Amino acid sequence: MSRLRSALEAGEFVVTGEIAPPLGTDLSAMRRAIEILGPVSTALNVTDNQGATLHLSSLAASRVVVDMGFEPIFQQTCRDRNRLALQSDLLAAATLDLKNVLVVTGDDPRGGDHPQAKGVFDLDSTQLLEVVSGMNDGHDMTGRPLKGGCDFFAGAAMFPEAEPWDIQIGRALEKAQAGARFFQTQAIFDFDKLARATQAMHDAGSYVIAGVLLLRSPKVIDFINAKLAGLMIPDDIASRIRDADDPTEAAIQLAIEQVRAARGIADGVHVMPLGLDDAVPRILREAGVVA
Amino acid sequence: MIITRPRDWARIRANLDEIGAKKVFIMGCGECATMSHTGGQPEVLQAKVALEQQGREVTGWSVGDVACHSGGQRLEVRKHHGEIESADAVLVLACGAGVQTMADAVDKPVFPGLESVFLGNVVRHGQFEERCQMCGDCVLDRTAGICPVTTCPKGLLNGPCGGMWMGKCEVLTDRECVHVRIRRRLAEQGRAKTAAPLPPKDYSKKLKPGQLDLRDRALGHEKADTGTGSDS
Ligand code: SF4
Ligand code: SF4
Repeated sequence: MSRLRSALEAGEFVVTGEIAPPLGTDLSAMRRAIEILGPVSTALNVTDNQGATLHLSSLAASRVVVDMGFEPIFQQTCRDRNRLALQSDLLAAATLDLKNVLVVTGDDPRGGDHPQAKGVFDLDSTQLLEVVSGMNDGHDMTGRPLKGGCDFFAGAAMFPEAEPWDIQIGRALEKAQAGARFFQTQAIFDFDKLARATQAMHDAGSYVIAGVLLLRSPKVIDFINAKLAGLMIPDDIASRIRDADDPTEAAIQLAIEQVRAARGIADGVHVMPLGLDDAVPRILREAGVVA
Repeated sequence: MIITRPRDWARIRANLDEIGAKKVFIMGCGECATMSHTGGQPEVLQAKVALEQQGREVTGWSVGDVACHSGGQRLEVRKHHGEIESADAVLVLACGAGVQTMADAVDKPVFPGLESVFLGNVVRHGQFEERCQMCGDCVLDRTAGICPVTTCPKGLLNGPCGGMWMGKCEVLTDRECVHVRIRRRLAEQGRAKTAAPLPPKDYSKKLKPGQLDLRDRALGHEKADTGTGSDS
């Protein structure tokens, strides 16, 4: 069984990290990130052409995580593959011993590095979650039985701070219904909203892992506000980093506070280091999450 | 109606140069391309001037009733038989369907003079919006009359996606997210509770090329109802 799943079911506060596969075949930087984040994480998300920009596949990179002794969360977006390819990659994932899958829609190609690409979106994330659930029940999406089944722990993304809330929560509940057992959230800045989201998802029988973003520098903040869909850094948080003598240290202190705050509310934290991987073990230690 | 826009003149010029076409016949369309102001009489006359400025002779021109009607187009060709015969090429200011109708009706090289862009609603004079992609498996019954296939930039049946922010679309940031609009309208009509997620779309209904023969339907062959893919 997935370690992420057993930790969540045992009521442990989990940590998930994020690994970005390279553009190319040199795995050394990715391995270094896995070495830093693996020991302090319950599982590591492996992104799938994040931001609609080309990278080595999440499938292959997730297997590298397994080979290094850690547990990946294989990410699958609906953007780049049709239903045949998605299912065939899920079967491949099961044979590669990838136990967690995070299903996301995917950013539009127009915002990425291949803006001429056709966005596939043959399935949306709710429909793909249903496919994963079906595979866990031993059949493909047409109902044909699989020779050898799957046992994925499936998750989805959730956006506790994006309004309108009634629509957000309705959508998350649909995903839970379709088989999302855990939700990883977009970066949290308002912890009351995290509490509201966590309560609702617990009622639906799913876990919530709160997103913490390392706002390393004013430049990173500008980039996020301009480029990352579905996310805006509040002004008070932004100025805390902008006005600091040492923005990196300010970002680390902010993250420590956020991990502590999330600890009292959610089932775990999902740390997005944006390049500051080296700081993650310290953040988790000082927040009292790892020894 | 079919929305077209002018094609890059450099491409048209290159097409004609490639076969050394000195004499050109121009065919417009009295229906959509006239409405779009891309292939009506004024535009055909503009194209004539442009071709003449390139040093070509325009042997004749015509704007028939509707360029994508095979019979009508053949009639138009007969009317202008001599002018077309003496031309090296035909330039068609109509949608891609119209260009092909013409290419079938004459044995000269036929070139597109427009880009065909979408099936459009006329918002007001000269302003068009794409609302339907003719997917053959309409979901408007479930989406409060708002088409997500066409008007969500990702074509998602269930949404909003994670990029939605404050009700606005991730991709077209000045617009409301289509799925927010759908859910709002369903709720206003008291239909939200019955709105289960939509199942994956049946793209076999949209297999290319589409074909429909009403004579078959009169004979009771339901297969003629959809794309060729569902014949079996
Ligand atoms: S669902 Fe299909 S047929 Fe219906 S409006 Fe949209 S594209 Fe057109
Ligand atoms: S924000 Fe809404 S309309 Fe825009 S791509 Fe996402 S789901 Fe579609």
